[in-house]
Amino acid sequence: MQVSLKKWVASGSPWVWLNAGAVAISVVLVLGLLGVIASRGLVHFWPASLQEYKYTDSQGLQMPVLGERVQREQVTAEQIRNAGLPVPEGLQILDRQLIKVGNREVYGSDFRWVLEHQLSDLQYPKQAIALERREWGNFYGYIVGIKENGKLIAEQSPAENQLWDEVLRRAERATVIYQKIKGLESGAIGAINYALEQLRLEERSLQLKGQNTAENLAQLHAEKTLLQADYANQEAELMALYTPFKRDTLMLMTADGQAKEVNFSEIVRLYQPNSLSLLEKTQHYILKLVEFVSDDPREANTEGGIFPAIFGTVLMVMIMSLIVTPFGVVAAVYLREYASQGLITRIIRIAVNNLAGVPSIVYGVFGLGFFVYFLGGSLDQLFYAPALPSPTFGTPGLLWASLTLALLTLPVVIVATEEGLSRIPRSVREGSLALGATKFETLMRVVIPMASPAMMTGVILAVARAAGEVAPLMLVGVVKLAPNLPLDINAPFLHLERKFMHLGFHIYDVGFQSPNVEAARPLVYATALMLVVVIAVLNLTAIGIRNRLREKFRALDM
Amino acid sequence: MNSTTTASHAMKFSALGRQSQQLSLANETPCIDVKDMHLYYGASKALNGITMQIPKKRITAFIGPSGCGKSTLLRSFNRMNDLVDGVRIEGEVTIDGHNIYAKGVDVADLRRRVGMVFQKPNPFPKTIYENVAYGLRIQGIKNKRLLDETVEWALRSAAIWDESKDRLHESALGMSGGQQQRLVIARTIAVKPEVLLLDEPASALDPISTLKIEELLNDLKDRFTIVIVTHNMQQAARVSDYTAFMYLGQLLEFDNTDTLFTNPANKQTEDYITGRYG
Repeated sequence: MQVSLKKWVASGSPWVWLNAGAVAISVVLVLGLLGVIASRGLVHFWPASLQEYKYTDSQGLQMPVLGERVQREQVTAEQIRNAGLPVPEGLQILDRQLIKVGNREVYGSDFRWVLEHQLSDLQYPKQAIALERREWGNFYGYIVGIKENGKLIAEQSPAENQLWDEVLRRAERATVIYQKIKGLESGAIGAINYALEQLRLEERSLQLKGQNTAENLAQLHAEKTLLQADYANQEAELMALYTPFKRDTLMLMTADGQAKEVNFSEIVRLYQPNSLSLLEKTQHYILKLVEFVSDDPREANTEGGIFPAIFGTVLMVMIMSLIVTPFGVVAAVYLREYASQGLITRIIRIAVNNLAGVPSIVYGVFGLGFFVYFLGGSLDQLFYAPALPSPTFGTPGLLWASLTLALLTLPVVIVATEEGLSRIPRSVREGSLALGATKFETLMRVVIPMASPAMMTGVILAVARAAGEVAPLMLVGVVKLAPNLPLDINAPFLHLERKFMHLGFHIYDVGFQSPNVEAARPLVYATALMLVVVIAVLNLTAIGIRNRLREKFRALDM
Repeated sequence: MNSTTTASHAMKFSALGRQSQQLSLANETPCIDVKDMHLYYGASKALNGITMQIPKKRITAFIGPSGCGKSTLLRSFNRMNDLVDGVRIEGEVTIDGHNIYAKGVDVADLRRRVGMVFQKPNPFPKTIYENVAYGLRIQGIKNKRLLDETVEWALRSAAIWDESKDRLHESALGMSGGQQQRLVIARTIAVKPEVLLLDEPASALDPISTLKIEELLNDLKDRFTIVIVTHNMQQAARVSDYTAFMYLGQLLEFDNTDTLFTNPANKQTEDYITGRYG
């Protein structure tokens, strides 16, 4: 027996089992992590049924409660008693539910814990509506009428549903106008504002240069007048849209009978969750998902989409890659190919490797001090003097965030590139040199192309690290809500000085800085999932490029 | 390698492969002139007082046991040794009258004039066409027609045109070892060097590829001065006009190949070619 055990150990199979086990555990952990994030995040977009209960409070008063059940858990009776609430004798364990009751402006909060033994008469009223609004969160209740220009034009009792189609029609109409208004505001009016600001800066710059002659000013003034006329036109058009936009008002009633009016202009979406078929629910779900990835956030980031954050993350990572790759490659080529491999080179190499271990927040502080205040401040003095005292580059922004992360990921690229360079066979270099190529020509034409897959490996690692960084970004350019994307239709199109949103920071902000923690929680998971997806897509792109390069410069079998 | 048959094989080959013309170093025009050259790797001496005149448009073979310095000597003709840290050279090497170790010599230009083929085929990870055009592009030649012509000429000269003409724009790495080595030779002669240095060009190849390379060298010797380092004495006997025997960093004997293999003047040469070394 002992001998066979010994043999078994000597055969190496226990180690194979051990290794396979470790791999299996890692895979399970990763899949589990993704599974938890995905399930918690994605469920949020499914239209939950609206349930209505009779709630009997401790004084015996009854009132209806309408809302979505979010969570259910068990608590001990003692815990509730300690909280000062009466609990009937004989009960040890109580069930309680977290219900999203919405109607924040009526009830003061969106969510409410209720004890299940106080609930009775569960129903799913078909005509109950869920209303997503641009402000104040969701409304749950019943339709009682429609007003046009303040005059009542239709009425129904809460139990009826005859106005539903009319309400949908009017909501659709308001949405169409809303799209027009948004298009006008961000398009034509945005461009005019931008042009006006440029004119103002030009005038100031003429003043600073002492060229503010009457002639120059007159010319500027003429342009300004033109733009202002244009602006007035656009604004009139906008105003002309606002009046019909605000024409209709929806009259509603909460489950406990409080009347409420909501203007159609405030409605994002309305639906009757309890009468949706499975197909309609799926449709709704997909629309919500699309909205999540393609729309702007609303209500302090707790509603709406995360598009600006996705855009900011991707753009920042791309700019960072564009900066870090040439820098890292040039540095690595010098260290590996030209520097004499002495003590100093060794020290430099150790220093570079250790840079990778510096906490990222330190880079953030450095970025703020050096890039933002020093470089940005100097740039402002030199080139953006007309805009002072409001800073252009002397304030956190996309460029500085990209530069800071480029610095942070520089060691990774340098190490990977050096590794790649050292693996190019000597015989190939000699082959090139023997044909009369100089060292530089050999590097440019043979060695660096052959090492390019290794460089891409460095970039992949850099992208993975940079896309997940949050701490340094908070100091050098990421904000909770950026009014404009860093890329738009106004020349020079890419606005590197602008602040931007970032998925990692968005998670932190929604999860910890949100006024409405319960509402935000599913979004934290959904945003985290999105961050993982974005990083995966960025990495897969880079890996794709690397594999193509690898195929092209397949190492010689030497 | 069976020792006694080696020499007799060599003799047979050389007798068959060559017209019975009498070659003599005294009648040749020298191309590479080495005068009392010493080469050190750091503290150790690798070449010790080499003096020889390598004749123009002939094939000269360097033979000798491993570590005798024959590759080092070869690599000093195009200053490939410069790439090794701590190399020091004394003495003089002139090629066509120019001291290649003089100050201000353009090493890249020297290497273009003195081409080199290495032991293992080392094509670049580029297409066959680009491999051959590499040296020309380095010289700044952009004329498409000139490039096309030269590439074809080089591939024909290296006897690989027929195998490669239909796949000029495929990767050179897809070729067999023997084809790659002939491609490398084509690449080297495409820049029209004066001297062709070959460092054991066939040692990594199978017998048929080896034979092709040897035939190729025979074709090329009218146009280039060829110096070949080889471990294989039959090969030296088959392809070369002159053979140099080196031992422990010294040139022990340098004579026409027939004489060296049939009637060596030096006892150590005889021991080596008859296989009496371990």
